[in-house]
Amino acid sequence: MDFIQDGFIQAFALLLNRDPATYSAISATLRASGLAMAASLLLGIPLGYLLGYFDFRLKKQIRIIVDTLLSLPTVFIGLVIYALLTRNGPLGEAGLLFTIPGIAIGQVILSLPIIIALTATAVEAADNKLHITLMSLGANRRQIAASTLWEVRLGILAAAVTATGRVLTEVGISLMIGGNIKWHTRTITTAIALETSKGEFGMGIALGLVLLLIALTVNISLAGLRRRI
Amino acid sequence: MEKKEVFRKIEFILVFSITALSGAIFFAAQDSKAAEEGATLLMATTTSTDNTGLLEYLMPAFTEKTGIDIKWISTGTGKALKLGENCDVDVLLVHAPQAEIDFVDKGFGIDRREIMYNDFVLIGPPEDPAHIKGKKVSEALQAIGSSSNVFVSRGDESGTHKMERTLWKLADMQIPEQETWYRQSGQGMLPTINVAGELQGYTLTDHGTYIKYESAAEGKPSLVILVEGDAVLLNQYSVIPVNPKHCSNVKHEKAQTLSNWMSGEEAQRLIGEFKLLGKQLFTPNAAR
Repeated sequence: MDFIQDGFIQAFALLLNRDPATYSAISATLRASGLAMAASLLLGIPLGYLLGYFDFRLKKQIRIIVDTLLSLPTVFIGLVIYALLTRNGPLGEAGLLFTIPGIAIGQVILSLPIIIALTATAVEAADNKLHITLMSLGANRRQIAASTLWEVRLGILAAAVTATGRVLTEVGISLMIGGNIKWHTRTITTAIALETSKGEFGMGIALGLVLLLIALTVNISLAGLRRRI
Repeated sequence: MEKKEVFRKIEFILVFSITALSGAIFFAAQDSKAAEEGATLLMATTTSTDNTGLLEYLMPAFTEKTGIDIKWISTGTGKALKLGENCDVDVLLVHAPQAEIDFVDKGFGIDRREIMYNDFVLIGPPEDPAHIKGKKVSEALQAIGSSSNVFVSRGDESGTHKMERTLWKLADMQIPEQETWYRQSGQGMLPTINVAGELQGYTLTDHGTYIKYESAAEGKPSLVILVEGDAVLLNQYSVIPVNPKHCSNVKHEKAQTLSNWMSGEEAQRLIGEFKLLGKQLFTPNAAR
């Protein structure tokens, strides 16, 4: 069990000594997840809102599909996106395999269903009473839609927090699409997988702690945001 | 009150716009990087060359000599060959001679060149319940089979797994897939050794990984080397540039430069001098 202790000590050593390999992995992790989260929030919030707010044919069926996609295994996403991005694949010309944007594309597939499903749930939960109140106040349709979006902001924030957690910690997509190339696409999670396979368990624990610290920082800033809005 | 509400909304919208904007900037930055990466040679290799630190020791000398930047992806031999077949890498450094020859025969690679070898060893508990110590590999495997002692296999189509299956065949035995004593870990070499250690079973490993395992165990490894030195246990590594006729996008000239350099005097000397925990790991054997 010594390696757990080692891990704590090494984690601080890595951060305090500004270990370049660790900082490169932190940067790769943040770039990939930042990109993925930006894209999936931009796409996911409007889609989730539409799915929760409006009634239309096949709504239930679409909801079930989105909920099912919450269970997509990351290794499977990695394989499917690899098939698209490989040189011989349909998107091979774009040269996205083994790049950070390539990883981000896979992570968008992972986080998009989370954003859509949780936004839709928040909108559905807020909808009924609010809708009636706003109508009785004489609001027009556009005002009702805008106010509903505003009222569910905390629900959307919760969706963002959940999706960020998944994206920051996944390893299957980063390994398959990124290729774990040192100084380029090695993220913290793929570095943990590598250190573990090398038998450097202490180093693996240290990197895990570094990732937790990043998650803590992200969540503290989001909690700050929640208080202010 | 009304003002505050408006202010909050603006703030909320701002946060989202900033997120979106930074996303766009990341994209732009990455695009320019991707263009720059076009000049880099991409190699697929096996975990053994990377985990032992050989490549980080060797490749800076290559870049210094030729000015060619190189990146590598270390993975199982099966996946490395697949990445070559799909034109995702320019060159391979792998160790599964028969699969490599097939790869070249199918037109996926050209000019396969042998570079160096290390060796495999059979390891097991020091008590050696199947009495394989000092035997030839074939006799040792037959002894494990008839004693029904646990044997842990990689089971992952890696070079080591391919070697193991060849050894069962050389011992005139069916691959014991169905036997309860034959366990497939589906993991890398070091995790597999750890599984074998927990189960007090035998396994086949490359020598380098065993040296790392032994040193991590600090003098009390639960598994020891029982069979080594048999000629069939030699593990040949080769460099294969991906065939430019199969993949028009590959940087064939650079791949060829790497192949020439690896079989040349400087790299061969460096490989021979490389030590892991004080022990030589790879023996250079490129044809001069």
